[in-house]
Amino acid sequence: MANVISSDMRRPAWYAGGFFASQTAYVSGALAIIVIIMAALAPVFLSLGNLINVATNFSYIAIVSLGATLVILTAGIDLSVGSVMALTAILTALLLRWTSASPLGAVPGLAMSVAVLGGLLSACGIGLINGLLIARLELTPFVTTLGMLSVARGLCYAITRGAGVAITGGDADLFSSLTDGDILGVPLPLIYLLILAAGMGVFLHHTASGRYVFALGGNERAARLAGVPVARIKTGVYVASALLAGFAGILMAGWLGSVPANLAQGYELRIIAAAVIGGANLSGGIGGPSGAVVGAALIEVIRNGLVLARVDTYWQDTLVGVIIIAAVVVDRLRSRRTGS
Amino acid sequence: MTLLTLDAIGRSFGAIQALAGVDLSIAAGEVVGLMGDNGAGKSTLAKIIAGNFPPSSGTMMFDGQQVAFARPVDARAVGIEVVYQDLALADNLSAAANVFLGRELHRRIGPFLLLDHSAMQQRATALFRELKSETRAEDLVRQMSGGQRQAVAIARTRLADARLIIMDEPTAAISVRQVAEVLALIGRLREAGIAVILISHRMPDIFETCDRVVVMRRGRKVADKPIAASSPQEVTGLITGALETA
Repeated sequence: MANVISSDMRRPAWYAGGFFASQTAYVSGALAIIVIIMAALAPVFLSLGNLINVATNFSYIAIVSLGATLVILTAGIDLSVGSVMALTAILTALLLRWTSASPLGAVPGLAMSVAVLGGLLSACGIGLINGLLIARLELTPFVTTLGMLSVARGLCYAITRGAGVAITGGDADLFSSLTDGDILGVPLPLIYLLILAAGMGVFLHHTASGRYVFALGGNERAARLAGVPVARIKTGVYVASALLAGFAGILMAGWLGSVPANLAQGYELRIIAAAVIGGANLSGGIGGPSGAVVGAALIEVIRNGLVLARVDTYWQDTLVGVIIIAAVVVDRLRSRRTGS
Repeated sequence: MTLLTLDAIGRSFGAIQALAGVDLSIAAGEVVGLMGDNGAGKSTLAKIIAGNFPPSSGTMMFDGQQVAFARPVDARAVGIEVVYQDLALADNLSAAANVFLGRELHRRIGPFLLLDHSAMQQRATALFRELKSETRAEDLVRQMSGGQRQAVAIARTRLADARLIIMDEPTAAISVRQVAEVLALIGRLREAGIAVILISHRMPDIFETCDRVVVMRRGRKVADKPIAASSPQEVTGLITGALETA
C-alpha cells in the first residue's frame, strides 16, 4: 500500500514531463531528422537561397497557424482563414490604389498605412462576425466558418471579377520592402512570425485571458462557473485568427506583387494541419505557438525537399496527409502508454 | 450565531411545485446534511441558496441581512460557494491555475498586467497544506486522484473566504480511501468556522460528518434534527416516505 502511495506522489522525470513529453517536442525531433534526410537526398536543400525560400514560404502558413492554434485551443475550428487571407490582400491592394490616387498619396507611407489598416479592419470584421455567431448565437464553429469560407472567397471573385489586383501606387516599393524585404538576410515574414509567436506565447502563459483560452478548451462549463467571460474570449480568438490570416495575406500580396482572386485557396487545410501536427488537440485545451511554427515548418520542408529530390509533386499531399495521421497516432500511443 | 435563515422558501417551475414552505437555519461552523430522494428538492434548494435562480416565494437572510441573488456571482460576493458534483475543474490546467481561475493574481511589468505565477503557486500550496491535502499546486488536474481533485475544488472556495459552502455529492464517484480524505476536509472547514451544506446519498458520510440532518421529500422539509437524535433507519424511512415526519 505504501508503495502505491509513493509511486502516486513521485514527480515525473524531467524528460517525461512538460515540453519534452509534448507532441511539439517529438515533432521537432522528426523535423530535425527529415532535414538531415532531405540534405542527404538533395544537397542544395541546405543552400542559403533555398533555406531562405523555405523560411519565407512556411512563415505565411505558420502565421495563420498561430491563429488556428488559438481557435483550436478553445475546441473550435476556423475554416475561413484561406479566404480571409485572400479578401484582406485584395481589399488592401484596392485601397492602396485608391489612397495613392487621393490626397493621402502626397505623404509618403500614409497611403500604405491607411490601406493596410483598412485591410486588417476588414479581417477584424470577418473575425468578429465569426466570433459573435459562434459565441453569442452558439452556432457550431465548423459550419459557421465553412459558410464564411465561401462568403469571403465569393467576395474576392465578385470584387475583382476574377482578375488579379496589382500592388500599385507611390507606396508600392515601400509596401514591398516592408512585406517582402529582409533584415541582415533574414526574410521579414520569418521575423514577423517569430515576433508574433513570442507574443502569443506570452499572452497564453502570462495573462489571465490566455489562461482562459486554455480553461475554455479544458472545461467550458467550469470556466463559465468560475466567472470567466466565455463569450468575450471565444469571440476574441476568432478575431485574432482572422487578423493573423489577414496579416499573412497582406505579406503574400507584397511577395507576389499582385493578388489573384484565388490566393491561398485551400490553404485552410494546410494551416489546420500545421497546427495539429505541431500538437494542437482538436478537442481543445492543448497546443501552443511553437507547435504551429514547427508543424508549418515540417510541412514546408517536406514539400520543398520532395521538389528538390525530384519526387513527383503529385505525391506531396499524400505524404503530408500521412504525416498528419502519423503525428496524431504517435500522440495517441504515447498518451495511452502514460495514461495521461 | 445564525448565518443563513430561510423563511418559507418555495419554488415552482410552471405547474410543478418543486419546493414549498421550507424553513431552515444554519449557524457558522455547522455541517448540515441535506438528504432526500431524486426529485425531492435538494438540488432546487441548493441552487436557490447559491443564486442559480430566485425562489418563487419566501425570504432569505444571510449574516443578518435580507438577500436576493439574481446570479451565482451575487451569492459568491457575500461568501456562499458551491462545490459542484463534477467539480467543474479544467483538467488541462494545474491545481493552482484551477484554484485561481477567474480570480488570477497579477503583477505589473511596465504597462503590462501579467500573471503572478509564484504568488498563486505559494498561496495554493498554503491552502492545500491548510487542508492537509497532498495535492501539489503545480500538478495538472488530469493527473490527480478523485480526492485530490476534491481538494482543489474546496481550495477554490477557501480562496474566496467563503462562509457557507454547499457541497453537491462530493463522495459520489471516488474510492473509499478518498472518501475519508474528503470527509476530513469537511471537518477542517468546520474548524475554520465555515458552515457546510452536504448533499449526499451516502448515509455513512452524513452520520460521520454532520451535526444535523435535514430530510426533504416531495419539495417539503420532513425532518431537521441533530445527528445524535436520529438514526440511519429513521432517515431512510423519512426519505422513502415510510415515516411521515420526525
